[in-house]
Amino acid sequence: MEVLVYLIPMSIFLGGVGLFGFLYTLKSKQYDDPEGDARRILNGEWDDRPKSD
Amino acid sequence: MSHGSISACPACNAAPLAEKIATDITPDGAVILTLPTIHCAACIAAVERHLNAMTDVKSARVNLTLKRVNIETDSHVPVDVLIRALADIGYEAHELDPALLVQSEMERASRRLLTRLAVAGFAMMNVMLLSVAVWSGADGITRDMFHWISAMIAVPATIFSAQPFFVSAWKALRVRRLNMDVPISLAILLALGTSIYETNLSGEHAYFDAAISLTFFLLAGRYLDHKTRSVARSAAQELSALEVPRAVVRRDGHDKTVNVKSLAIGDIVVLRPGARLAVDGDIVEGTSEVDRSILTGETRPEFVGVGTSLRAGELNLTGPLLVRATAVGQDTSLHQISELVAIAESGRSKYTSIADKAASLYAPGVHVLSALSFVGWYLFTWDLRMALNIASAVLIITCPCALGLAVPAVTTAASGRLYKKGLLVKSATALERLAQVDTVIFDKTGTLTNGAPHLSRMPIIDATDLQIALALAMQSQHPLSQPLAKALKCSKITPALLEDVKEIPGFGVEARFGVVPVRLGRAEWVDALPVLGTASYMSIGDKVPVAFEFQDSLREGAKDLIQDLTSRGLDVHILSGDTESAVADVARQLCVKNCTSNETPISKAAFVTNLQLQGRNVLMIGDGLNDTAALTSANVSISPSSALDAARVASDIVFLGARLDNLVGVVHLAHQSQRRIRENFQIASLYNVIAVPIAIAGLATPLIAALAMSLSSITVTVNALRMK
Repeated sequence: MEVLVYLIPMSIFLGGVGLFGFLYTLKSKQYDDPEGDARRILNGEWDDRPKSD
Repeated sequence: MSHGSISACPACNAAPLAEKIATDITPDGAVILTLPTIHCAACIAAVERHLNAMTDVKSARVNLTLKRVNIETDSHVPVDVLIRALADIGYEAHELDPALLVQSEMERASRRLLTRLAVAGFAMMNVMLLSVAVWSGADGITRDMFHWISAMIAVPATIFSAQPFFVSAWKALRVRRLNMDVPISLAILLALGTSIYETNLSGEHAYFDAAISLTFFLLAGRYLDHKTRSVARSAAQELSALEVPRAVVRRDGHDKTVNVKSLAIGDIVVLRPGARLAVDGDIVEGTSEVDRSILTGETRPEFVGVGTSLRAGELNLTGPLLVRATAVGQDTSLHQISELVAIAESGRSKYTSIADKAASLYAPGVHVLSALSFVGWYLFTWDLRMALNIASAVLIITCPCALGLAVPAVTTAASGRLYKKGLLVKSATALERLAQVDTVIFDKTGTLTNGAPHLSRMPIIDATDLQIALALAMQSQHPLSQPLAKALKCSKITPALLEDVKEIPGFGVEARFGVVPVRLGRAEWVDALPVLGTASYMSIGDKVPVAFEFQDSLREGAKDLIQDLTSRGLDVHILSGDTESAVADVARQLCVKNCTSNETPISKAAFVTNLQLQGRNVLMIGDGLNDTAALTSANVSISPSSALDAARVASDIVFLGARLDNLVGVVHLAHQSQRRIRENFQIASLYNVIAVPIAIAGLATPLIAALAMSLSSITVTVNALRMK
């Protein structure tokens, strides 16, 4: 059962990574234009780095 | 869904004429344009590339979901330049008023809800993972440790996520009322409290998972509810933003486009044909005809000349006018009607939704039940800890998780269905109120009809004369000439060759056919005897002048809608500000028996209130300013997207597009959704009937609570999705 000492923190940590990932995407307005973003990958023009907003 | 079909949009009318006019309104250089036709990756690229290549544009970013482009410019770039640039590469663009599109409180609220939902979801998954271990038999120190870890996750997560419920419960309690959030909050807090207490004493049952999953499910319901309404509202908001409040004003001999807010009394406003007046004023130059239907419902254009008083909201039809402003902003007659609306509004807020009604029955019941089981067990065993445990188990199990979802799940499904048909449901309780409706009142002009005339009777004249009529009609932008030209072209008539054609604003068109002078226009101008109703008159030389009669054409699908409503046993009335003959005519075509004409805004509202006093539930469908007060006093109201802003704001549902048959089945859907809501309440009660005795008997475990809660929530949601 000692393995729980590792497993529980790991599961909570991984869940936390997911949560913060989601909150980050929410904060950086990545859900504002889902349709446009889906189509933009088909665009032939791209930048080498993200535009500073 | 297309926003391109909106006709009453001053921006569209202004576009071709705005070329000469300098614009002084892009103070911070931020422009938002709506692009109704973009739909693909190539469109995004083309629009952005073209705009970014312009020297004055700092950046342009397309939002395909909203079909908009946000442009940052070096200030003082006229918006028309951008619109024309887009027209050059084949994209229709209209300006939106950025002031009306700032990220609303509603959007921020929905983002906050989503954050809370994410936190609750994260915590729920982790706590459930630990709970499964406990349910499958962990005991002793392992169970205690699992409980403590659960507590560490669940307590902060719940306190953060469940805030909306706490806040709303507190608000209700402060005014000594009970809403659904009171038992919810109490159950969540009790579950956390007793669980911490139990864990501290190495107890067997902890309800951390129940507290957090309850929060998650309820937040999900609330988020869905919020989202559907904010989608409908932002679509409605976009309609308002399309009407950028601008006016052309003549100062020091120059024409300038300015914001309506900056107009002052005494300003000379230039009113082009096709534009709506933003101020009250007197004409100082020019003659024309104006359409007052938005204020009065009267369809016949009225002749105006120097000295005539005009009111804000009236539409100039033929000739350019100069108007000296006599009242601006709050003082215009347009604005005074909104006071009527405010009065009527206070009446409607009395409506209690079915969810509130259920809560007012349910909440006291739950609390009494829980208190009774506490007292009962305490008297029976004299064990305070056990009695408290059982009481909180009762509260947790009866907690209205399914009840909290019962209404939002159904309204979300129904509103989503209506949204696809082009109906924007702005109010949360609109469908509920719609289901109770037994009387429907229609406005005529602009609602049942298109608000645009078409040729109804042609005079009996020979073919050459018809050719002359066509040639004259083609030379004019007048709202009667255009349908006349269209009708004549449809009957395969070719235009005659005319010379010296000129249009005289406010009167008509005149020309020479060979040596014979010909005229098409107003009765007195061509020396004709006026007929009843709307008509255009033609004189050819010395011949007796003839009349082309016009009628307002019915909206497509109007008949289907009225049939649908009457077949459901609803009373249909037509209430119009137009003349008796015009109203009676429409009523006959639509087989409606009850109609009244020559109504004023106030008498319309009074008519509605009168019906309500007789115990009727009234649905009002209207578009004009003269309907606004009636729209607000009715139990529920619908307006077309072409309606005036004030009317759209006053109504609960806005429908897009010109066809009325989109509204067929709305009442049916409202009834159906009410049925689903009632079923959902029954399902939720059924779960309680089974689970409550178990809880009172002291046999409830966290596993049973979790099962009951999840099962009832899922059944309720699935039932809501069954809607057709």
